[in-house]
Amino acid sequence: MVAALPRWAALRRPLRARPPAADPAPEGARGAELSVEDVSHAFQINGAPLPVLDRISLSVAPGGFVALLGPSGCGKSTLLRLAAGLEPADDGRLVLDGERIDRPDPSRLLVFQDPTLYPWRTVRGNVAVGLEARGLLAQRRGRIDEALGLVGLSAFAEAHPHQLSGGMQQRTALARALVNDPRLLLLDEPLGKLDALTRLALQDELVRLWRRSGFTALLVTHDVEEALVLAERVVVLSDRPARIRAEIRVEAPYPRRRDDPELVRLRSHILNILGHAA
Amino acid sequence: MTSVTAGSLPRASARPAAPPSPWVRWGTVLAALPWLALSVATRRLPETGDFPYSLVFANGTGLLGLLLLTGLPVAHGLGRVGARLRHWAPWIGVLGLAFLAWELVTAKLELLPMPFFPPPQAILEVFLDDWARLGHSTFNSLVLLAGGYAIGAAVGFVLGVAIGWSRAVGYWAHPILRFVGPLPATAWLPLAFFVFPSSWSASTFLVALATGFPVTVLTWSGVAGVNKAYFDVARTLGASGTFLVLRVAVPAALPHVFVGLFMGLGGSFAVLVVAEMLGVKAGLGWYLQWAQGWAAYANMYAALIVMALMCSSLISLLFRLRDRLLAWQKGLVQW
Repeated sequence: MVAALPRWAALRRPLRARPPAADPAPEGARGAELSVEDVSHAFQINGAPLPVLDRISLSVAPGGFVALLGPSGCGKSTLLRLAAGLEPADDGRLVLDGERIDRPDPSRLLVFQDPTLYPWRTVRGNVAVGLEARGLLAQRRGRIDEALGLVGLSAFAEAHPHQLSGGMQQRTALARALVNDPRLLLLDEPLGKLDALTRLALQDELVRLWRRSGFTALLVTHDVEEALVLAERVVVLSDRPARIRAEIRVEAPYPRRRDDPELVRLRSHILNILGHAA
Repeated sequence: MTSVTAGSLPRASARPAAPPSPWVRWGTVLAALPWLALSVATRRLPETGDFPYSLVFANGTGLLGLLLLTGLPVAHGLGRVGARLRHWAPWIGVLGLAFLAWELVTAKLELLPMPFFPPPQAILEVFLDDWARLGHSTFNSLVLLAGGYAIGAAVGFVLGVAIGWSRAVGYWAHPILRFVGPLPATAWLPLAFFVFPSSWSASTFLVALATGFPVTVLTWSGVAGVNKAYFDVARTLGASGTFLVLRVAVPAALPHVFVGLFMGLGGSFAVLVVAEMLGVKAGLGWYLQWAQGWAAYANMYAALIVMALMCSSLISLLFRLRDRLLAWQKGLVQW
């Protein structure tokens, strides 16, 4: 019924319907190397500086998956906003493949805790935003269906966001990022608001997408198990201002089982670091 | 107006097989009786004045009564039209009673003073004899309104977006808007009529002013209130400033813009009528004034009816436009 109604999108100038042209979609080894060098950052609250990040240094290898784990409000999300180029760091620098990050760029994409879809656009329209904004829609139109298929939303392409469940909305947000072939995907508690079962399903899906597409991933979470199931390396942060307290390599092969004894052992280790006896 | 019931209509037509209970089915026939009574009363009772269209009126209402009498019992078999007819049957009946009372207290018993309260057949006479002038006046009103409203809505929209988006524009426009905006557009009337070269351009200006203020303020507040995360998303995806304004800010603010458009339309009606009464020598406002001058009260009522139809239709039209553009929204107000 929704599909039959003319939408806001109908007011746009008609786009030429070109066949999905030969499109460079290199598989694998497209991830970029991220290095965070001695970054400190503070918020201004009523004129007084509130330090949130304290001399953070870390690097993520091309195609790597690192999880930032820490208590809520410790400044993890701030680090992602800096890496996305939405804000400049007060001190230190962030570098992607040798290039300093100083503004937003579609090669580094942020997936928020809220899906933040545009309610006036269909699922397809939302996924198309990045290509449209850069004038690439005509060339890469085929990528949209591909991305929708990748997250299992082909049947919902013409639905509006309010008709979708929370999990489906977050899948749409993932497709909206993936369609741009990001080299660095910044995930800011992307599954934080989903119910437990949807969460598990999307964790597996994230692993699948990451292994298939080869982007570099930096995930912020406060769920120890989630970090262990997804990441190759877990960075544990302290309370505000965030400092790195520990870095833990997770060697278990993908796809990981949640009852893998290795993960169970690391889980209690990390909880100990965070001050919760496991 | 009919779409108030739109939610229940599909259900009614979805099961046409189940006919209504005999009680409901025959109850609706009662709606035909006042119309038949009205016809008989108009024809048979002696009249206190001379009304040349009494017989036409009696025949018309009689025909309507007969149509209802035959149509209502079988309405459940008439599909959508029938469902609608049945839904409105109580209204039709009460309306017939009201007409009957009106007829009795004016033409028949003269309980209300005559030149001021004409009977329904006198108003029918105006529609049948003076339709050319009424139609011409309606046309003039529509042209004036359309010009002024289009200019006001367009300028208000652009200005609202500019104020909501640009700090500099906001700095300069805000004080002016606050100082001048709340002034009713009609207060500009004496000034407008000697500043502008013609009364028509002056009225267009006034209608535009009445429309522009609410559209500006609401567009502005809509643009200023857009979820900041929408912009973050677009910026990381590589959106330019133009894209942020046209593809993010404007569609997100559109529900607010429509509130402004509705308020502006209401305001523009008021200004239109006043301007036509005082300056423009055409239009329904002028017709009202002219009819009153000649103590042609039946013409006045006829013009009021046409005006109500015109305003109501325009509001409905704007609702239709909104429903199309904002189909993505849930729980819209029905008109």
